[in-house]
Amino acid sequence: MTPSPSSPPITHHPSPVTPVPPAVAMRAISKRFGPVVANDQVDFEASWGEVHALVGENGAGKSTLMSILAGLYRPDSGQVEIDGMPVRFRSPRDAIGHGIGMVYQHFMLVEPFTVAENVVLGEQRSGVDLQTARVERELTELSQRYGLGVDPRAKIWQLSVGEQQRVEILRLLYLGARILVLDEPTAVLTPQEARSLLQTLRGMAAQGFSVVFISHKLDEVLEVADRISILRRGQIAATTTPTETNRRTLARLMVGRELAELVEHPSAEPHQTVMPGEPILELRGLSALGEKGLPALRNVDLEVRAGETLGIAGVAGNGQRELAEVVTGLRLATDGVIRIDGKTMTNRPAAEIARAGVAHIPEDRLATGLIGGMNLSENAILRVYAQPPMCSGPFLSNRAVAAFTDRLLANHDVKAPGRWAKLHTLSGGNQQKLLLARELAGQPRLIVAVHPTRGVDIGATEAIHTALREQRARGAATLLISEDLDELLALSDRIAVLFEGRVMGTLPARGAAAEEIGLLMAGISHD
Amino acid sequence: MTGLVTALSFLLALLFGGIVLFLAGENPLQVYESMFSGALGNWNGVAETLVKTTPLLLAGLGVAVAFRMQLWNIGAEGQLYWGAIFATGLALFVIPGAPGWVMVPAMVGAGLLGGALWGLIPGVLRAWFGASEIITSLMLNYVAILSSEYLIHGPWRDPQSFGFPGTPSLPAAAWLAHWGTTRVHLGLLFGLAAALLLWIMLRRTRWGYEIGVMGENPRAALYAGMPTKRTILLVMALSGALAGLAGMSEVAGIGHQLQRNLSPGYGYAAIIVAWLGRLHPLGAVLVAFLLAALTVGGDQIQMSLGLPAAIAPMLQGTILFFLLGGDILTRYRITRVIG
Repeated sequence: MTPSPSSPPITHHPSPVTPVPPAVAMRAISKRFGPVVANDQVDFEASWGEVHALVGENGAGKSTLMSILAGLYRPDSGQVEIDGMPVRFRSPRDAIGHGIGMVYQHFMLVEPFTVAENVVLGEQRSGVDLQTARVERELTELSQRYGLGVDPRAKIWQLSVGEQQRVEILRLLYLGARILVLDEPTAVLTPQEARSLLQTLRGMAAQGFSVVFISHKLDEVLEVADRISILRRGQIAATTTPTETNRRTLARLMVGRELAELVEHPSAEPHQTVMPGEPILELRGLSALGEKGLPALRNVDLEVRAGETLGIAGVAGNGQRELAEVVTGLRLATDGVIRIDGKTMTNRPAAEIARAGVAHIPEDRLATGLIGGMNLSENAILRVYAQPPMCSGPFLSNRAVAAFTDRLLANHDVKAPGRWAKLHTLSGGNQQKLLLARELAGQPRLIVAVHPTRGVDIGATEAIHTALREQRARGAATLLISEDLDELLALSDRIAVLFEGRVMGTLPARGAAAEEIGLLMAGISHD
Repeated sequence: MTGLVTALSFLLALLFGGIVLFLAGENPLQVYESMFSGALGNWNGVAETLVKTTPLLLAGLGVAVAFRMQLWNIGAEGQLYWGAIFATGLALFVIPGAPGWVMVPAMVGAGLLGGALWGLIPGVLRAWFGASEIITSLMLNYVAILSSEYLIHGPWRDPQSFGFPGTPSLPAAAWLAHWGTTRVHLGLLFGLAAALLLWIMLRRTRWGYEIGVMGENPRAALYAGMPTKRTILLVMALSGALAGLAGMSEVAGIGHQLQRNLSPGYGYAAIIVAWLGRLHPLGAVLVAFLLAALTVGGDQIQMSLGLPAAIAPMLQGTILFFLLGGDILTRYRITRVIG
């Protein structure tokens, strides 16, 4: 609770005698989504006049915690206090009524409307007459006071992403927000825009606002925050200040120190030594664009040999998804070469790549790899439906399909009422086992596995790991992408770390220090 | 469960319609009795219902196959008109002297082709440019109907028609065979055969499987390397072809010429047939028959009870409203959203 020396004077609560209650106090907040515990007894405080950074890996529970604060979710248990008063929000409107405004990663703006019109949209006071002129005047004044530089008469579609973000902030200020929450505000910005935003945030704190922002980027956190809270697996791992910590410590706190222990005990690493054979997958200078048309992979060189598992580590959104998609033919490479089994396969159709012996366990099984509304047979034959014996002429053979499905279900111990069950009635673990069974049925040369055990129970995780080890022993090459460092260390021969689409380094998994991987994941290289 | 909901929806609709009829000073029970007996109470009524079933079924099957792939083809009406135009043009100007065993199959082919080509236009726009087939297929309906108007007022107009718009009568070889003295014609068998073939295609062939996967999860289809563009074109062509066959069978089975108001909106009613039939070919048979009965019964009360012309469509609308409402509420649940 010690304010850092750089803390600006608190203007909101001038009383020097009574202890000032924190702007926000969240006490013992828990929130579950089905079986997933997003927040587990989290305590979090933010003061007036403070910039408080919330860091953590993807899935650590940062966005959930802040969405609870902003009234979007209700906590399962725990208490939120604003300025010392307990509150209970039923909606984001309740939260803004208490002065809490959140800027989401995806802006909530109507593109053809002007800035002022967008602000009026969120205002309850307005009646039939929108009083746009009055709003414009007030917005101009607010924009000048806080140095936001927004023209209320500009149309949203004319503005850059950074300007749109400032419109969101301006709107919250207009609605009376005194506590600003920003979810990864710099993720969408250019470095220059990010710097300008961070200055704005510091300025707002200096005027007495409480600012909470979520970030992965340790440099900016250390530069701008007064305090830093680290969330790990739904719990607060530490709260610290920039003067007390450094990038190395933060990276370790984010990743978790139990990993270091794991690596120090080689018994936890059940590799049987297989001499890697000829290269199966070769990537040379590979580049690709992401969803937003920005570079997602930059000049990637990687090689995976027969009987070898190459793990890909990295914070989510650093090119892992694009890497898997480019290799399996679901995304175009903009530069570079992909060779599979010695044959150039750059930008070949997905079907051809699959025929070349590439299995793909995609990131989101239900969105990509499986069809929830279809039965198990129909899911089982997705790769082989067009080949004999499943298909003769135009007709599918019921008998062959049934036999094939039953074999997959039995061989991989998929628990299901029968092959006529709809896929979505299966548990996540059994869905994933079926997907794995299907992908491995063709004795693939290369397996591209992305988060193969995400959201899967322990038993199914074991089964999936065993299946992947068997494939490795059989001589398959595996490209394993995961955010779970334990999993990477347990299954991989080598680990490559992706950061902002580049390979930061490749190290042998045996004896790799979690700390070193953590630093590489944060974009800090050896030298 | 679904059957129960449908039955309850139907009863609710009758109840609601009954209230309106009562307020309008009619005896609801008498009106319903008259509707039922008009549509299904005698052979004549049944025959008329089957006559109306034919185009609803064929166009409904076309819509269903497209909807299965989440291709929202709203253009069955236009595809129906182009099927009719192609078939008429063939019979009148290309092979006017051909015997029936040549003429009828050739007209079937022309009807299928006309509808398929018209369906391909939104298909191509969707596959290559990502244009919404909802908009394009809908707009093309107006183009198709006005093209038909142009032909029957202009170059194809019968010179002996005393000013009535319409083509000359088709040669007798082009008339579809009738069932006894009724107006029920061979087109009904086309519809039933199409339903059966479509059912087998969707259920037992690799194309049906591909259509299913693309409809349920387009990303999975991409992942499996399925030929998405080609399938969009094939499905839109097939969808249009079935509607085109409906148009052909109306011309060759009922009107025996291309005339105004060839379709009183069969192509739009086909959307209801497909949807209420749960995009299942055999479901479409059932719903097409029920919808046809509703239409014939509605016509009947207009004539026999002298009810205002608005009553029949009001009752039809009410029944459809409740059926669709019940259908949607069984699939989705209403929840309150924040905001």
